[in-house]
Amino acid sequence: MAKPENEITWRDLEVGIVVNEPGNASVYCTGDWRSQRPVYATERCIKCGTCYIYCPDMAIKILRDGYIEHDLYYCKGCGICAQECPTGAITMVEEEE
Amino acid sequence: MATRVGMEVSIAAAEAVKQANADIIAAYPITPQTHIVEHLSELVNDGELDAEFIPVESEHSAMSVCAGSSAAGARTFTCTSSQGLILMSEIVYAVASLRLPMLMILANRSLNSPLSIWNDHSDVMSVRDCGWIQVFMENGQEVYDHVFIGFRVAEDRNVIIPFMMNIDGFMLTHVIEPIGLLEQEVVDRYLPPFQPLYRLHPNNPVTMGAFGPPILFTEAKKAQDEAFNKTMPHIIKAWQEFGDLTGRYYHPIETYRTDEAKIVIITQGSLGETASIGIDMMREEKEPVGLVKIRLWRPFPFAELREAVKEAELVVVMDRAISYGGPGGPLAGEVRSALYPQESRPRVANFIIGLGGRDVAPEDFVQMVQQAKAQPGEWYEIYGVRE
Ligand code: SF4
Ligand code: SF4
Repeated sequence: MAKPENEITWRDLEVGIVVNEPGNASVYCTGDWRSQRPVYATERCIKCGTCYIYCPDMAIKILRDGYIEHDLYYCKGCGICAQECPTGAITMVEEEE
Repeated sequence: MATRVGMEVSIAAAEAVKQANADIIAAYPITPQTHIVEHLSELVNDGELDAEFIPVESEHSAMSVCAGSSAAGARTFTCTSSQGLILMSEIVYAVASLRLPMLMILANRSLNSPLSIWNDHSDVMSVRDCGWIQVFMENGQEVYDHVFIGFRVAEDRNVIIPFMMNIDGFMLTHVIEPIGLLEQEVVDRYLPPFQPLYRLHPNNPVTMGAFGPPILFTEAKKAQDEAFNKTMPHIIKAWQEFGDLTGRYYHPIETYRTDEAKIVIITQGSLGETASIGIDMMREEKEPVGLVKIRLWRPFPFAELREAVKEAELVVVMDRAISYGGPGGPLAGEVRSALYPQESRPRVANFIIGLGGRDVAPEDFVQMVQQAKAQPGEWYEIYGVRE
């Protein structure tokens, strides 16, 4: 979007609020919603990829060496990856910590 | 040129949808709308209309199919009644905000409970604020003509808003009337092919129906409201051009014998024809009564209404739905709002009549006018109830 959201007037909006710039949801920082953050312990990870499959926001990247990385720009902090990880390599901590 | 044929109004409506060359029809059968969709499904099956007829499993799905169909750029028609409208209402609101043009005929029927298949206006009043253009039809000719007018207005690049035709269940849907049919060539001249502003197409992807966070939602609603408030001149233009082609002119409201009328009755829909007979009876007795028929319900013709009743001292509004705990019927509420800014305004009496298929005869209008004259103040009353 050309303008920041808080400067968009009603006249700037397309008919029916159509978004004619496909895929622009990727700029939306869903990480803002998070109240808990996943913390990853590489030494416990067995590179099974379960967390990657379960993350509803595709906020987990599998690195070239098979370990993983959380993308905190998108991670909403739902805790599913921590719940599903078979080795307890992911734990959730309060955002303030 | 044009031929006049005796035809059931539902069949005439379906024939008009055929002549309008609709691409997609999605509907679920419900009394008293059935004859319209049955006939359309026959027309498609027999190859007389090159369209997809999608027999969905519910009205919620019917309107959802219509949303997708219009978004893909197809000329879209659906038809329902009563409980069907209520079931689809979630999507009825959505397609208006998404600015997806389509035509819906609502064969007006009361809402449960008690269960009633008969006619009143409680179904449409439940979606009064859904953001569709809404008209009330008085007779079969208006129904046939407004299929073309409705598609034309809805798809107009200056409008792009869905269009709803209210036709009284049974009172209109099931009666046989002489209908002046249009030559296909006239229809084609009046109604150009649908050219959507945006369409869902893989070559040019867009997102429709994205979410609106608090920082944008109010702007989105303002844009919708502004667009709706600009529709009136385009609706009037569509009526004017239809009249120029066919000789049948329509207006936001119609008046009957309102010259020097001190008392004006206001109706919507097929009741207007009955009321006009009542007016003739009263005029014979030198009662200065006239009739105003509201054809355009949304956007509401405030200025035209004020003009039509400017000589009246008493306005008697006929509603066919109740607004529980409200000011009376929904139409009376609108009439009072229209008159309120005026320095001197007529008194408004409001009757709620014809609920759930209860007959209203010309003599009833005479009696209601007598009662409205005799009973001072602003009030509403459900008429004809056994005490
Ligand atoms: S906490 Fe939820 S959103 Fe964040 S990475 Fe784990 S599964 Fe994905
Ligand atoms: S689920 Fe646990 S063990 Fe498996 S890849 Fe993810 S962090 Fe590693």
